[in-house]
Amino acid sequence: MTVVIWVCAAMLSVAAVLVLTRMAVGPTMLNRVVAMDVLIAIVVAGLGLEAALNRHATTLPILVVLSLVGFVGSVSVARFAAHDDKGEGS
Amino acid sequence: MTWFDVVSAVCLLAGCVLSLVAAIGLIRFPDLLSRMHAGTKPQVLGLLLILVGVGLRLRDWSEVGMLLAVAMFQLMTAPVAAHMVGRAAYRRGAVRRDTLLVDELTPALEAESGSGDQSGRE
Amino acid sequence: MTSEASDDLPGDVPSRRTGVQWPMLIGLTAVWVLLWGGLTVTNVLSGLVVAVIVTLVFPLPPIVFGGKLRVRGLVVLIGWFVVELFVASAQVVAQALRPGKQPLNAVIEVDLRSHSDLYLTLTAELLSLVPGSLVVEARRSTSTLFLHVLGVRDADDVEVARRRALRQEERVMLALASDEELAAYRADVEASR
Repeated sequence: MTVVIWVCAAMLSVAAVLVLTRMAVGPTMLNRVVAMDVLIAIVVAGLGLEAALNRHATTLPILVVLSLVGFVGSVSVARFAAHDDKGEGS
Repeated sequence: MTWFDVVSAVCLLAGCVLSLVAAIGLIRFPDLLSRMHAGTKPQVLGLLLILVGVGLRLRDWSEVGMLLAVAMFQLMTAPVAAHMVGRAAYRRGAVRRDTLLVDELTPALEAESGSGDQSGRE
Repeated sequence: MTSEASDDLPGDVPSRRTGVQWPMLIGLTAVWVLLWGGLTVTNVLSGLVVAVIVTLVFPLPPIVFGGKLRVRGLVVLIGWFVVELFVASAQVVAQALRPGKQPLNAVIEVDLRSHSDLYLTLTAELLSLVPGSLVVEARRSTSTLFLHVLGVRDADDVEVARRRALRQEERVMLALASDEELAAYRADVEASR
């Protein structure tokens, strides 16, 4: 089990670096929002892995919060991007 | 190491592979809407697999309830967020026309803008 | 928001309902209990209080549900959804890893046959959840969805995607619609064939 978890963690780390690259490169706000959503999914996966490795459930409420915060974040950015005409939006 | 653990390990591994591939897609795909398709994967199937993996490892009903809540929230909110982002992208012209084989929305929007202002908002 | 919405569907946006809705209250309380992770009297009571406040402060437009739940249709719907989730994920994985030039995409218009907010929403949600199709625009007035489809090579692929969306709607209808709605839907499908 431990080996599997470490392989998973390595994959998630590479994924997170790639996503952060996309977030830095952009080129637009909406691209960054999509990257942020994926990053949240990766963080949730990482917390899940840790919970599975050590067989505890203390971090599970964080998963709930993350899944909701990500939604609120991307919806609000999408809404501002839709209304802001000449800004950095698109 | 029981059968539960084996299935759990497979689920976790598959979920992580999906996250990695999504990140690769996010880098490689040429435009915003294609990247969103790549992003849907870890958010839906990847997350479900990870949650199943964790649930099989913990095997405790009250914790499984919380995992169920995460899955439910994600399944309800992910399409809404994706629609909002996709719609904003399309309306701002952030879609690259050269990646589209067929585009049936632009004519529809143009026909509409002649008769009134924006519509289709729910 | 209202002016735009009225443009979409002239004078036919239902007003937000007020009063107590038991299904909503029970649903919200169930979520609350799930979050606290234990079925105790305190949890249920505090959840009920929160649910009442939420429904009073944020009233929602009513959903007209005149259908009936068909267990067989529901099983088929969920089963196919899981199958499509795996198949579509594999396709997107293949496309992300394939070396060389990326194939084209398409934005297609899908005219749904049913005329109900609920079925439109459910179909759109399910289509969005499956990777490879994404709802970029939805029209209530004509029940039209505009989908962005990943990886199309020719016109045949476009038609395949369109048929896939319509089959998704058919499964939603078979799982939830009442007999009359289903009959009207079938007549519509026959007429458009």
